[in-house]
Order: sequence, then C-alpha cells, then structure tokens
Amino acid sequence: MGKLFSSKNKEVLFSPLSKNNPVVVQMLGVCSALAVTAKLEPAIVMAISVTVVVAFANVIISLMRNTIPNRIRIIVQLVVVAALVTIVSELLKAYAYDVNKQLSVFVGLIITNCILMGRLEAFALGNGPWESFLDGIGNGLGYGLILVVIAFFRELLGSGTLLGIQVVPQAAYDFGYVNNGLMILPPMAMFVVAAIIWAHRAKNKDLQEN
Amino acid sequence: MNRDSNIYTIVYAAVMVVLVAVILAFTSQSLRETQKKNEDIDKMMQMLRSVRVIVDATEAETTYNQLIKESFLVNKAGEKLEGDAFGTDVAKAFAKDGALPVFVATIDGEKKYILSMRGAGLWGPVWGFISLDKNKDTVYGADFSHQGETPGLGAEISQPFFSKEFYGKNVFNAEGVFKSIAVVKPGKGVEGQAYVDGISGGTITCQGVDRMLYNSLDRYVNFLKSNN
Repeated sequence: MGKLFSSKNKEVLFSPLSKNNPVVVQMLGVCSALAVTAKLEPAIVMAISVTVVVAFANVIISLMRNTIPNRIRIIVQLVVVAALVTIVSELLKAYAYDVNKQLSVFVGLIITNCILMGRLEAFALGNGPWESFLDGIGNGLGYGLILVVIAFFRELLGSGTLLGIQVVPQAAYDFGYVNNGLMILPPMAMFVVAAIIWAHRAKNKDLQEN
Repeated sequence: MNRDSNIYTIVYAAVMVVLVAVILAFTSQSLRETQKKNEDIDKMMQMLRSVRVIVDATEAETTYNQLIKESFLVNKAGEKLEGDAFGTDVAKAFAKDGALPVFVATIDGEKKYILSMRGAGLWGPVWGFISLDKNKDTVYGADFSHQGETPGLGAEISQPFFSKEFYGKNVFNAEGVFKSIAVVKPGKGVEGQAYVDGISGGTITCQGVDRMLYNSLDRYVNFLKSNN
C-alpha cells in the first residue's frame, strides 16, 4: 500500500485541488463551468460524472499508451472518451433515469470537456495506469470543487434556494429583497470564476504572473 | 514494430473502431428493455401529474392502471379510432397529421380528458400533457417536460408552480371559439383569451410553450367540440 500512495502519487492526487486546479490554474473546462452551475444539483452530478469519466479514460489511454500511433493519438483519445461517455449515459438511462433526465444534454457534453483531452494528452500518455487513475480522480474533484462553489453562489443569489430548498426567508422578499436574475445567466458565472481566481491567486502568491 | 507506418496506423484505427462499435452495440442492446420501462413509467408519471396525481416511480404503474382505464386515438376530424394510444409516437403524429392519443382518467368520479402536446423550446423539444374537465373546455391540470432547456430559466416549465397556473383556464372563449391559452411575459396580458405568466429569463422557452399549446390543442379542436 505504501507504494500505491507514495508522496509523488499523493501530489498527483491532491495538487489539482488547489495549486494545479484544472479550472482556476490550468484554465480547462471553463465552458462547462458556466453551463451547468445555475443550480447546485446538476453541478454536483456533473462533477461526479466528469470525475468518473476522466479517471477511467486516463486508465484506458494509459494502458494503450505504448501502442497508440502518434499521428492519430487525438482521434484515439476522442474515440475512447466518446465510447465511455456513451456507456455512462446508457447506464444512467437504465439505472438512474431521474439523474439522466436532469443532466440531459450535459452528459454528451462531457466528451468535449477540455479537462479530459487535456489530462489524456498531458498525463495519461506518459504515465502508468495507477498514477493516471489518481490524476483523473484529482482533476475531476478539483473541477467539481470549483463547480460546486460557483453553483452555490449562483443558486443562492440568483434563485434564493440551495439544492432547490428555499433558504432566503420570505420576510426578506417582503422587505424588498429581490433575487439577482443576472446570477442565473452564464456571464455571471464568468465573474464568479474570476473572483475565485482572484482570491486563489491572492493566497498563492507563487501562482501570480508578472 | 514501426508505430509511425501507414499500415500500422490504418489497421490500428480500423480495429479500434470495430471494437468500440461492438461494445456500444452490446451495451445498447442489453440495456434497451430497462430503458424502455423507465421511459414508460416516466410517461405515466407525467400523465398522472397532469391530473394532479403525484406518485413516485415505484407506484406509477399501479396508480396509472387504476385511474386511467380508457384510451383511444382521434383524427383531425375528431373521429375516434381504435389503436394503441400509449405507444403512439406523438412527435410523428403531429408532424404527419396522424391520429393523436386521448386518455380518459377518472378522478373522484369525474371524467378528465388527457391530451398530448408537443413543440419546440429553445434548445430542443418540449412536450407535455394537459387535462380538461368533462366539458372539454376547462383545464383541470397540466404537466410540461423538456429535453434540455436552461436550468433555472426555461427548465422551470417543468416545475409545479408553472403548471398550476393553468388550473381552471378555458381553452375556448365565451363565444365557443378556440383560443388556446397564452403564455405571456409576467405582468402583461392579452385580450379575449385565457393567459398565464411566463418565466422571467425563459422567454423563448415560454414562447415555445405558447405555440405548443396552440398547435397541439388546435389538432384536438374537432374532438373537443364533438360529443365523442
């Protein structure tokens, strides 16, 4: 077990949560971070789906890495990701119909999530299956963390609810409080991402660029 | 082995594609039945919601069989036809002027007619069921579904607060002319027909629902006016 969680592997697993976060540092997957974060629930399910898909795609590509012809490696990666996403979507349709209905088109959009291609290209092609699996889990969670934070603020300020449960009391509305409709629209997700990056960079001075 | 040779690349790609195709075909085939069952149960729940009955997936089938005993198809002229109403592909029927399904539910001893609706939202299809009292004019309940409308905006049409607005609205005006029910921007109104408030930020979806109501109910008008 000691070898499975060596300090290098721990680094692979945990660094995407902050110092090497796919969204706020690597700038990957920003597009879907805008699309699915109007409500907390789809954001959480999306985070889990991406984590599962990126982890397994990493493992598969890592196992194939010594056979893949260099000139068609992007195509091979796409086929693996697309097949995996299709299988996940079919399984959801059969065994978790409600979740599938909520995610609808977003499941298909996982295929085009830049984090997947980014991690396959940057990590899985050059590392063993176990490290690649950890890298996938780490990056999926790092992505999910940002998604949940964005969705938390957008749902709270935009709809006054969290996970669909009303949290802003009726009394506040009676007093003149109004939900910020702009929060539900995609541009505000961009501002929230920017605010997170600001806070993150302020705390990690070594990430600041001059 | 030379991994950069053309032959290796072509063979590699061919084998990979065939392999993936077999895996996907196998997955799809083996899950087909469970998926179909889920879809049917979902459809039953939608229909039940349109007559104000809310059940969870495990009880949907029994409740459906208890409440909805009669179903038939009607053509554009309003004539009843025999056929499998539940299995009808509504999207095709609307596109090709085919016969549309009508389900008759009995709620507290009163007959309710459940009609099928289908239209287009912002990102994809929207559909739903609307139930009318036995006068075939007053709305008893409604339920809306969508494939991929924006969460928090257009997707809100599937929420109960939206469908509840339709309760008690009339499809025909006082002179008995078909008018449908309009979905308008909150705070606005229309003369001479029943209307409900749309959803702020979900304007295009709401316009889609508005058109869907008109186009779908329009196809049932002859049936609604008849005594069938």
